[in-house]
Amino acid sequence: MSDREAQTALAAAIAQNRRNERLTRAWLLAPALTLILAISILPLAITVVYSFLTPGTYGGVTWEFSTDSYVQFLFQRDIFDDSLVFNSAYVSIFLRSIGLALGATLGALILGFPTAYFIATKPREQRNIWLFLITLPFWTNLLIRTYAMLLIIRDEGLINIMLMKAGIISSPLTILYTDTAVFIGLIYSFLPFMVLPIYASLEKLDFSLVEAGYDLYANRLKVLFHVIVPLAKPGIVAGCILVFIPGLGAYITPELLGGGKKLMIGNMIAMQFGASRNWPFGSAAALILMALVILVLLANALAARKGASRNG
Amino acid sequence: MTGTEIARDRKAAVSARALSKTFGQGEFAVTALDSVELDIFENEFFTLLGPSGCGKTTLLRLIAGFELPTHGSIALQGQDITDKPPHRRPINTVFQNYALFPHMTVAENIGFGLRMLGKPAAEIRQTTERMLALVQLEAMAGRRMDQLSGGQQQRVALARALAPAPKVLLLDEPLAALDLKLRKNMQLELKSLQAETGITFVFVTHDQEEALTMSDRIAVMKSGKILQTGTPRDIYDRPTHRFVADFIGDINILEGTLEHTDGDLARVRLKDGTRVSAHLGTASARSGEVSVAIRPENVRLAGAAEAPTLTGVLETIVYFGAATNLHLRLGTGEEIVVRNPGAVDEGRYQPGATIGAVLQPELIRVLE
Repeated sequence: MSDREAQTALAAAIAQNRRNERLTRAWLLAPALTLILAISILPLAITVVYSFLTPGTYGGVTWEFSTDSYVQFLFQRDIFDDSLVFNSAYVSIFLRSIGLALGATLGALILGFPTAYFIATKPREQRNIWLFLITLPFWTNLLIRTYAMLLIIRDEGLINIMLMKAGIISSPLTILYTDTAVFIGLIYSFLPFMVLPIYASLEKLDFSLVEAGYDLYANRLKVLFHVIVPLAKPGIVAGCILVFIPGLGAYITPELLGGGKKLMIGNMIAMQFGASRNWPFGSAAALILMALVILVLLANALAARKGASRNG
Repeated sequence: MTGTEIARDRKAAVSARALSKTFGQGEFAVTALDSVELDIFENEFFTLLGPSGCGKTTLLRLIAGFELPTHGSIALQGQDITDKPPHRRPINTVFQNYALFPHMTVAENIGFGLRMLGKPAAEIRQTTERMLALVQLEAMAGRRMDQLSGGQQQRVALARALAPAPKVLLLDEPLAALDLKLRKNMQLELKSLQAETGITFVFVTHDQEEALTMSDRIAVMKSGKILQTGTPRDIYDRPTHRFVADFIGDINILEGTLEHTDGDLARVRLKDGTRVSAHLGTASARSGEVSVAIRPENVRLAGAAEAPTLTGVLETIVYFGAATNLHLRLGTGEEIVVRNPGAVDEGRYQPGATIGAVLQPELIRVLE
């Protein structure tokens, strides 16, 4: 065999080997890819397709292309001359949802940061107990927990009875079926998502930095804002995202505690698939919500990169 | 002029009175500091020296205000600061791990103290620049902490603690993390920095050589107590306790009976019957069993025509360039080390040979 022939044979063997490798890799990836395709991409694709169809009379869709769903989000078609008139109903539901979700995020931050700090400063062997207590609510279904919350805040509920017995108020405070109730419910539901990431970043914090802060004439408040908060920022950002996003799309909480009167995006979308029988519009609203969430995440990613390049 | 003389006409920068600190409670209580009395003088390089767990870091943390004493008081320039929180004490600390703020630049780290004091921006900038020049880091002002070497971080920590011009600077084993060569350089640099700034330095270390090199005065600590305070020479040449003598440098310790005292001088009969005279110093013993100490370099080989103080059998010879250590086993079973400058005649000094040693009488000390 000449050198040339040997080289060709070698090249062929390498190519064959590479083909085999590619095949093996494809087979190994297949289960995971199938799963992702089936449970993530496919439903999303169906949603996208549905959003461009025409609603069926009794629910479902008729296969006729239409952009009405997206138009409907912002405009109302006049029944007489088909002209489009701006309709703020859905936009205001979105804005309300964003407001509530932001409020809940802020509330969860105000409650969650001290909680996380408290746990992070406990002796190591005690921290797991506290973390267990934080995650304990997850052991019960959210629906059940929300019903329990309903019992606490209703007119004859725990809070009102205690306040009246204590003589602080004479007639019950109406909390249930208001924005306040939704707000309290959202904070309650998503507080652990705020506590855990903040705890994770505080746990890594070198507390000699806190001492260094005190040593260099910073009082407690200054140490908090100049040393602890900047160092816990990754956890705070993660916690805010983890509370804001599910808060924005919350369904059970506004349904039960808001009494269905005060709609959030989640309820509005659910309604389109139920009573309103407008699946395409429901799909379109869901996609608009998703776009909103992607925008938030994108903004965060950009801010993080800016921060990184400044640090770098 | 010795350190003691310097101290006499100086005001105390830091004074501790009956200072105690106990951690934990009940049967788990650990006494980290036990009724410490201490005066650190203005413009002094003062070192707290001792093995780990001796309470030196606790004492430093009490001065800084990170811990509150269980008993006793601390005063700064005559004013009681026992209950003041750290941010209200004009005292700054160089931490063992530096504790630099990772989210700030070198310049921001250095300016932090002044910023917290609410100083005007122009003053902060000026002082930061002066500090950067002082520690030779002008080119690094905009760097982040992870872009600095260990030695550079050390300098930033130093500049950050010096920037607010504290009355006292506390240094908690700041050189421990540096390699030997860098450590030697920083020792000299710290010393000159102290002289330059005129700030009282309180330095914590377990390295006796470091303590001897840098300090004006040293306090040797053990088990939460200060055993001896004095200049490096006091500590080295006139140790009062067996622990101090042992901890700092090499020393020969011999047991004996105190027979007679005359002022500072004591006549001690060693176990083999040899009588030596020794300095009492602060030792309280006036009779009975005592230990006497002498440094190996103060013991020499007896000349041919000379009467030796002690004789023993040569066991090992350790040569280390500048000197040779000869380990003698005495008849009493005790060991004594003779440090001979340079090498010895190997033909004459063979292991197994019987050798005479002369103790310089004026350098024998009675230990507490």
